[in-house]
Amino acid sequence: MIEIVSATRCVECDICVKVCPTNVFDATENGAPVIARQEDCQTCFLCEIYCPTDALYVAEFAEGPTGITEAQAEARQLFGSYARALGWKRGKAGGSEFDPTHRIRVAQ
Amino acid sequence: MPKPQRHNSESLRIHADVLVLGGGPSAAWAAVAAAESGAKVVLADKGYLGTSGATAPSNTGTWCVPPGDNRHAVVDRRWQRTGELADQRWMLRCVDTAYQNLLRLSEWGYPFPSEDDGRLYIANLRGPDYMRFMRRRVLMAGVTVLDHHPALELLSDGDAVVGAAGVARQVGHDWRVDAGAVVLATGGCAFRERILGGTGLTGDGYLMAAEAGASLSGMEFTGKYTLAPYGSSLNKGLPFRWASFHREDGSPILGPTGEPLRNGIGDREEELARALIDGPVYARLDQAEPALQGWLRQGQPNCFVTYDRAGIDPFSELFRITLRAEGTVRGTGGIDIVSDDCATGVPGLYVAGDAASREMMTGAVSGGGAVNSSWALASGWWAGKGASTHARRWTGKAFRREARPLGQAGLRPSAFARADIAAAEVIEAVRGEVTPLDGNFFRTGERLEKSAERLESVWRDVRGHLQGEGADRLRSREAASIAASGRWSVAAALHRAESRGMHRRTDLPGRNTALAHRLVITGVDDFRIAGAPGRLAELAS
Repeated sequence: MIEIVSATRCVECDICVKVCPTNVFDATENGAPVIARQEDCQTCFLCEIYCPTDALYVAEFAEGPTGITEAQAEARQLFGSYARALGWKRGKAGGSEFDPTHRIRVAQ
Repeated sequence: MPKPQRHNSESLRIHADVLVLGGGPSAAWAAVAAAESGAKVVLADKGYLGTSGATAPSNTGTWCVPPGDNRHAVVDRRWQRTGELADQRWMLRCVDTAYQNLLRLSEWGYPFPSEDDGRLYIANLRGPDYMRFMRRRVLMAGVTVLDHHPALELLSDGDAVVGAAGVARQVGHDWRVDAGAVVLATGGCAFRERILGGTGLTGDGYLMAAEAGASLSGMEFTGKYTLAPYGSSLNKGLPFRWASFHREDGSPILGPTGEPLRNGIGDREEELARALIDGPVYARLDQAEPALQGWLRQGQPNCFVTYDRAGIDPFSELFRITLRAEGTVRGTGGIDIVSDDCATGVPGLYVAGDAASREMMTGAVSGGGAVNSSWALASGWWAGKGASTHARRWTGKAFRREARPLGQAGLRPSAFARADIAAAEVIEAVRGEVTPLDGNFFRTGERLEKSAERLESVWRDVRGHLQGEGADRLRSREAASIAASGRWSVAAALHRAESRGMHRRTDLPGRNTALAHRLVITGVDDFRIAGAPGRLAELAS
């Protein structure tokens, strides 16, 4: 589930507050959004790819927080890794024209 | 475009021809179709149109059947697998409309991938890109989109559904849309399983429709589960097509022929369910050739994000897996459709996508991603057109009379609110009956009887005493919808005294020819279950 909003990466655009389908974040008066309802996170990773500065980190475990720190995620270059895998950049869509899933379906 | 009017700081009130509830693909297509036929359309979603639902976080194939006589053979082959409950006429019209809408996507410039010969490959949709693209099309069509505006209840003038009301959860005020017709595209019920899209898919539409007098069908078909890495949300079966499976002691899990299992999807979920009831199960994607490994990594990136973050190489290392319950999302139950325009039988109320029963498409077996995805493309279109036609016919009539809110359970307790009846506990109690492999994947009459009793008692508490305040009304309403869905599902499973498709009664293996028909449920507090033999044939005439 969602675990990190990096205050150093965040530009306070509040896009994550808007796009999270489960309303996990709350905007704040003068700072980065906060994770207000972590338990509602459905671990869909979509907030990460909509974030223009790769400031969000969703851990792979869906049942509860893993406790990963910003320094650990940074050291393992995990910020923005899902967006890079898809071909999305700075919160903009891209890469679906290179999706090789049709080859998988033929193999199936 | 309808202009929002704020009556006071407390509420938002809008008039529209067509109100679409939901934010997944069927909602988007319904909104586009209605707007295209000239209707003023409002789309109100619990979450955000573009990320809501089961499709946006996924990568989904479609059931893509190009025009031509071969369609009949393709449909017939698929029909053979549906446990005799599907309807070939509906299957054919669905693939035709879905194909037209896939072509529309390509004309609109959706970035499909190309095949080696340069032709566009339109049979697959990458969720995040597809739904973001659909959001733009919906806005371009002039639809008013209300994100984070969950509906709590429908409004009726006594004859017809004439709108809905809910809460704007990020600002806290109430909203109400008076409309000539309403499309329910609120998705299925995932019973709060932690799957992609699972938080918001709480069966809200089922309860709203039933309160308005609509029926449900196929609710017993909730025995579909999909493999996922243990503890993850990734209910994506495809990579497990090329895997081996092992118990804690390292011994391989065997398939029906006694050979080690090399494919964990489709019917083989049964062996894995049996093993998972006994103890932990581990998998390794070791049947994938190197080229396929690359395609899987690139084509199913969310699956590999999960492995990468957990520090696992799934092609060479064993990792623990689980089967995730998928309720009616990959099950087939939902609101009963009574005519080709996806009407529900309640004037002014239409249904699309997973909110509708998909039995006529896929019968007693799962529509997986592909059939359900094509169903969203087609049913959204029909429901949007149907609602728009109804709204035009009813122009003027719709707003003439006083509208009455229909919401009961979770909103207006029949007795008195009790603080000790809380949404979270209600949901846990329902989950205990409808998600365990031992009880729901494999079913027995005895176990279902006990579940039915327990769910009856949960429902009495919900109906009598569950109530939320302010924005928390959404939580209590979701819990009520989950409780109602679970109760209907178990009752229908008990009624279907046989095994068929994903409904596996270990005490009654094999089909009963007398039950080769749909089961239709009508009513909320007191409901009745009736067989619907010949119903579809009657519709076809």
